[in-house]
Amino acid sequence: MSLDRDTVARIAGLARIRVDADELDGLAGELNAILNWVEALNAVPTDGVEPMIAVGATRAPFRDDVVTEGDQADAVLKNAPDPVPPFFTVPKVIE
Amino acid sequence: MADLSELLALGIADARDGLRARRFTARELTSAYLAAMDEARALNLYITETPERALADADLADARLQAGHAEAMTGMPIALKDLFCTEGVRTTAASRILGDFMPPYESTVSGKLRAAGAVLLGKANQDEFAMGSSNITSAFGPSINPWRVTGAGVGEALTPGGSSGGSAAAVAAGAAIAATGTDTGGSIRQPAAYCGVVGLKPTYGRCSRWGVIAFASSLDQPGPIARSVEDAAIMLGAMAGHDPKDSTSAAQPVPDFEAALQGGVKGMCVGVPKDYRVDPMPPDVEAAWARGVEMAKAAGAEIVEVSLPMTKPALPTYYIVALAEASANLARYDGVRYGARQEGADLAEMYAATRAEGFGAEVRRRILIGTYVLSAGYYDAYYKKAQRVRALIAQDFSTAFQSVDVLLTPTAPGPAFGLNEKTEDPVAMYLNDVFTVPASLAGLPAMSVPIGLTASGLPLGLQVIGRPFDEASVLRLGRAIEDAAGFDRSPRLLAGGV
Repeated sequence: MSLDRDTVARIAGLARIRVDADELDGLAGELNAILNWVEALNAVPTDGVEPMIAVGATRAPFRDDVVTEGDQADAVLKNAPDPVPPFFTVPKVIE
Repeated sequence: MADLSELLALGIADARDGLRARRFTARELTSAYLAAMDEARALNLYITETPERALADADLADARLQAGHAEAMTGMPIALKDLFCTEGVRTTAASRILGDFMPPYESTVSGKLRAAGAVLLGKANQDEFAMGSSNITSAFGPSINPWRVTGAGVGEALTPGGSSGGSAAAVAAGAAIAATGTDTGGSIRQPAAYCGVVGLKPTYGRCSRWGVIAFASSLDQPGPIARSVEDAAIMLGAMAGHDPKDSTSAAQPVPDFEAALQGGVKGMCVGVPKDYRVDPMPPDVEAAWARGVEMAKAAGAEIVEVSLPMTKPALPTYYIVALAEASANLARYDGVRYGARQEGADLAEMYAATRAEGFGAEVRRRILIGTYVLSAGYYDAYYKKAQRVRALIAQDFSTAFQSVDVLLTPTAPGPAFGLNEKTEDPVAMYLNDVFTVPASLAGLPAMSVPIGLTASGLPLGLQVIGRPFDEASVLRLGRAIEDAAGFDRSPRLLAGGV
């Protein structure tokens, strides 16, 4: 598999990272070098092998569904860019 | 009161005894380290120094010592990798996107160290979001290794390794008595090897990940970087333990690791995996490994050659799994709730501009690869395939551990390299992790211990890998090698003239 400019642009869109047009070819080259290298995995037979999704316990622990640390709007907003307490703000999304 | 250099020569175990015997105070010890940090400033070891906090912590430690309820870490001046969130102390992950981030909470591990009375000297430099093997991806400039090639000029600065490079270099330079690191694919062990110090990645789940900025959640694990195996054992004891806030934290009792060191290695079965090789294998690395095997044998261990045939596919497997998880974890940096924001005409442009400006080149590259291997049509071919190979790698280790107690390998395929080497080719950089990622994928405890110097005068480390939650055996073999190697950990050239 080989990535072209358009695929890199599409991936960057999915990743929400702006990539300028003049960066696309260079990035495609770098990403292809990495992807060609990981292709080596195709040589490893894995038929019937269950994917390993985690180390150790396979069942997540449960806890009571209760509020433990509520009412901390100030702390939550402390690092927010341009907050209007008690809200975060974003560019206008509804006309 | 002892003089500065005498204080700075003490490891955790000796400093603890000195503090308890009141030969010096925590404030005197901390002041000595603050002076050492000044001396070493050119090495760029810390992103944020916290001298006032350090002295306040030291005074609290002295009060505790006076009252007679000190713990092992009480009064120990340490560095925290800047991936551990610290309440009210800037935490950046060495990224522009978190350049001004002031956590409103404390990570579990740093909180435990604080509760034990440790003194915070500052937040150590690292690769951005722990993504790198050299420190060059730090948005604050790389840390520099206090070691130099014999006879090298001052301009020929070497990488401390990464990602916990600032932590390892600070311990090597004597600018912290010990430090925390985090290890995803070798980020504690490889810099420890490059800097001639001890670095221990515990079993996955041994230390809580809560409040540690995430890179790849199924792999990330905090651990200690210290001057000696004994110090690493003491510090691990203060960091480890079950934490309900981390659902992957293991409900396992924490043994007395320091006491476990006394066991020795007589009768211990040490596996030597013939597959841990690169082509060509550097003669220095080969010789160091052989010396380590002889040391283990001389200390009474039994040596068995073992085979781990899945070693070679481990590196590409690691990069798929880690980058997929990273792309998901780093989705949270969107300029809305915290972190730096760049303006955009609409929400999508604001996200894209924020992430383009906030992340460095390597982090962007890794997010793009991770996004690609998780995207529709490629998920099975890359991500699921890697998870299947990961299962085979873990199986390899389980099989080996049926016949041996620990494994002994080199930590890295060579010593520290120049800060300007390997920057153009990402894959060449990834090869630094070839011997460390297999244990990461299997979640096993693994430690790097210094074995000696290359012909050009740079430290090399050997790696000891153990069964899940058997850090004790790892520490014991590490201690035996440390005793036999008699490694002189003082870098010949320190900060002067850098």
